Parts: sequence; C-alpha cells; structure tokens
Amino acid sequence: MKARAFEYAKATSLQDAFDAFARASGDCCYLAGGQSLIPSLSLRLQAPSLLIDISGIGDMRGVGIVDGMLRIGALTRHAEMLTSPEIARHAPLLRLAAPHVAHPAIRNKGTIGGTIALADPAAEFPAVVLALDAELEIAGPGGRRRTKADGFFKGLYETGLEPGEILTAILVRPFDKRDRCAFDELARRRGDYAIVGAGVQGRFHAEQVEALRIAFLSVGPAPVRARNAESAVRGRTLSPAVIADAQATLHLDLDPAEDAQTSRATRLHLARVLLGRLLGKLAREARNEGGRA
Amino acid sequence: MSGRVPVSMSVDGRTVDALVEPRTSLGDFLRNDLGLTGTHLGCEMGVCGACLVLLDGQAIHSCLMYAVQANGRAVETVEGLTERRAIADIQKAFHERNALQCGFCTPGMLVTAYELLSHGGAPSRAEIRDALSGNYCRCTGYEAIVDAVDQTAKERQKQAGCPQDGRAAAPGGTKDNAA
Repeated sequence: MKARAFEYAKATSLQDAFDAFARASGDCCYLAGGQSLIPSLSLRLQAPSLLIDISGIGDMRGVGIVDGMLRIGALTRHAEMLTSPEIARHAPLLRLAAPHVAHPAIRNKGTIGGTIALADPAAEFPAVVLALDAELEIAGPGGRRRTKADGFFKGLYETGLEPGEILTAILVRPFDKRDRCAFDELARRRGDYAIVGAGVQGRFHAEQVEALRIAFLSVGPAPVRARNAESAVRGRTLSPAVIADAQATLHLDLDPAEDAQTSRATRLHLARVLLGRLLGKLAREARNEGGRA
Repeated sequence: MSGRVPVSMSVDGRTVDALVEPRTSLGDFLRNDLGLTGTHLGCEMGVCGACLVLLDGQAIHSCLMYAVQANGRAVETVEGLTERRAIADIQKAFHERNALQCGFCTPGMLVTAYELLSHGGAPSRAEIRDALSGNYCRCTGYEAIVDAVDQTAKERQKQAGCPQDGRAAAPGGTKDNAA
C-alpha cells in the first residue's frame, strides 16, 4: 500500500505545470485534491515518475459570476459545494449532490475539477455537470478552450482532455426562478458508490416542463443523459402517467453493467424507481409553487 | 530514484523541518519520522478513517496526502488535540459510554467528532451518523460512539447556555471553539 517512488513538483502557475509536463515527456500526473489519485498510486494502479501539484494555482480557485455565468474554479473542494452561498443560489443541484460525495474528510480535500477530469462512472459531479448543461474551461500548452459537458465523458475514465491539458473551471448558467432541480442516489451505505444515481434540472412554465435534462451515474462506463426520457416529458405536465412514460424509455438510454451485487435488470429497475422519485419531487414543487409563477 | 526534499510545517503547534521522500504519506511521516503514533493507518486508501488529522483545522485522511504537500501548512494530530484539552470532554464521554473496544478507530472518530462539534449547535443523531460514515469501527456497532458524541454536544450546549435545539454558529465554519 505504498506508492512507487516519484518526484514531486509544485506548480505555481498553469505555464509552470505545462513546462513540468513537457519535461517529464508525459510520464507524470497532475495532483489536485488527490483523493482518487493517491489511492490509485498506493495500489500501484499507476506509477508516474513525476507528480505535478496543481493545487496552488490561483487561476483555478474561486466561485463567482463572470460574464453572466457562474464560474466554479476547478480547485473548489466538494465541502465548499455545501457551504458556498453562490453555489446554493446559482447551482443548487451541486449542493444537493454534494452530501452524497464520499465522506466529510474526503470532501474537505477532493476537488470538483479532479472528479470531473477523472470521470469515475460512479462519481456524482460528472453526472451533475451533464444535467446542468455546463461548459468546461480547459487550459493546455496551446492555449485555452471551452467545451460542453455533453460529449466530454467518452468512456470509462476517458474524457475529452488531451494529454497535458488541465480542467481549470466549470461554467454554469445561473439557476433561474423558473428552474427546478433534484438529485438522489441509491447506495447500500452512506458514502458508498451508488448502485444508481441521477440529477435532473429543468425549466418550467407553471406546471409545464419547457425542457429538462436528466443525467444518470453508475449505470454504464460514463455518466449518461436519458434523452428519451427528457423527450417524454418535454412540453408536458409531470402527471403520474407522463412520469411513467419517461420511466418506460430508460432502457433505450441506459445500458447498465452487471456486477456481483446487482444484476443489469435490477439496476435498470432501480433507475426507473429513482427517476420516478425525482420527477415526482419536481411535480410536487411545480404544483405547490408553480401556480404563482 | 527520487531524493528527499525539504519540508517545513507546523505539527501540533511546533515547527517541524525535515527531509522526506515525496512518496511518504503524511500519516507515515507523523508516525515513523515524528513518532506520533496516535494517528493510526488502517486501509491506507481513504476508506477506514482511522488516520484522520486536521489540516489547517479541517479533517483529512493522512493516508491520502503526501508529507510534501503539507509544506507550509498546519497539521494537528489527536496528540495535539489531547495536549491542549480540545477533546477532553469527547474522550471522557467515549470512556464513560464505553465507545471503544480495541481502540484502533478511536483517533479518527475523535477527529471527526471534534470537527463536527466545532461547527457549533447540537447535531441530530442522523447528522452524527452521517459525519461518522467515513469512520469504520469493527467492534462496537457505532451505537455507543454516536451516544458519546451526542452527549458531548448536549453538554457543550448546556455549558454555553444555549437552548438544546439552538444553532449557535453558522454551518460549515471550522472555527476552533476550544482555542
């Protein structure tokens, strides 16, 4: 349970990190919160010769509105999702998901950028940024670019990040008073990897859904949107029959894996149960408050 | 082969200067280099919670951080908390309620309880269980541990003259109310 020997470099700027990456000819890893990377080094699943610590880069910190978008620095810690007033106001789905992310001590150290760049299929925030239709700000030796969360998660631990690139921030359209969101997951124990989890966020006109995004975690090699279910509720009121329609489409979008604990059929069933609960919550909220909108 | 690198950090209020291999975890550094064996290393992969210490006042796994990363930071161990009597009441409640058997998990439990109670207010039993969800105990079944934390929270409230259900401090704060 001890990592292979490596060298350590603390980057003070993005350029500093890119220079270190170039010198190591790619035989290196960027280290942010380390809450997934360090166990994988301890288990010797990875053995880079250099760790480039990017946790001190000021450019990647802070949460605030920039040019009309909520910019969440990639180094923002999971615990801050629970305490930041900007997150609570402008991206409440992140706040709802945060208590499900591991345990308090992990949340004190783990970063949102780290979990998105790693793209563990059981992680909460990758699915949440899909549901939020977020944009990802990425810096590389060649400059900066922005990409949609849609299309970023390509497969098991596989993302649209090119070698040497660093995810620097997550950009979210601020939550509007017409928006509603919900997050939940089913896990054996608090903090365990979810058997299935999902985040939903949508815009309502009174009780009617204008558009709604549904993203699942733990049901495949990457977080995935349930596009058929999204279509099933678009333009409709979330009645029990409409929710049942949405649930019935899930097999078209989700291809859950089978493991020793949970069969494919069980996981799909639980995904339907979870979607029913989440849409039911939005329906109740819309009914109770939507009349006033 | 990687050489040793210099680090300087505060450990339990004392400045420590040392040379460490980059791959040395903070937990191994505390135990093997500084002899602070109150911090226990169990799983060494961030699951069991026995190795928790405070980094700049926040509970973190000392197995999920390299000692080099603590350069310039303040680390406090269960020994430090004990020395300045910041957890004396929690320890007393653990003792009275028999909230440990083998004691391996206890340092981590105490660090979690310290952080939870430093947020102020009296957490519900559900909140205590949630906070302790990352600390594994294989002996007690947790009931007595939750009791001990619950009892300490209520006693602290009584001493502070707050109503039992009152929320004294803002949530999320990590202010050390013993300092």
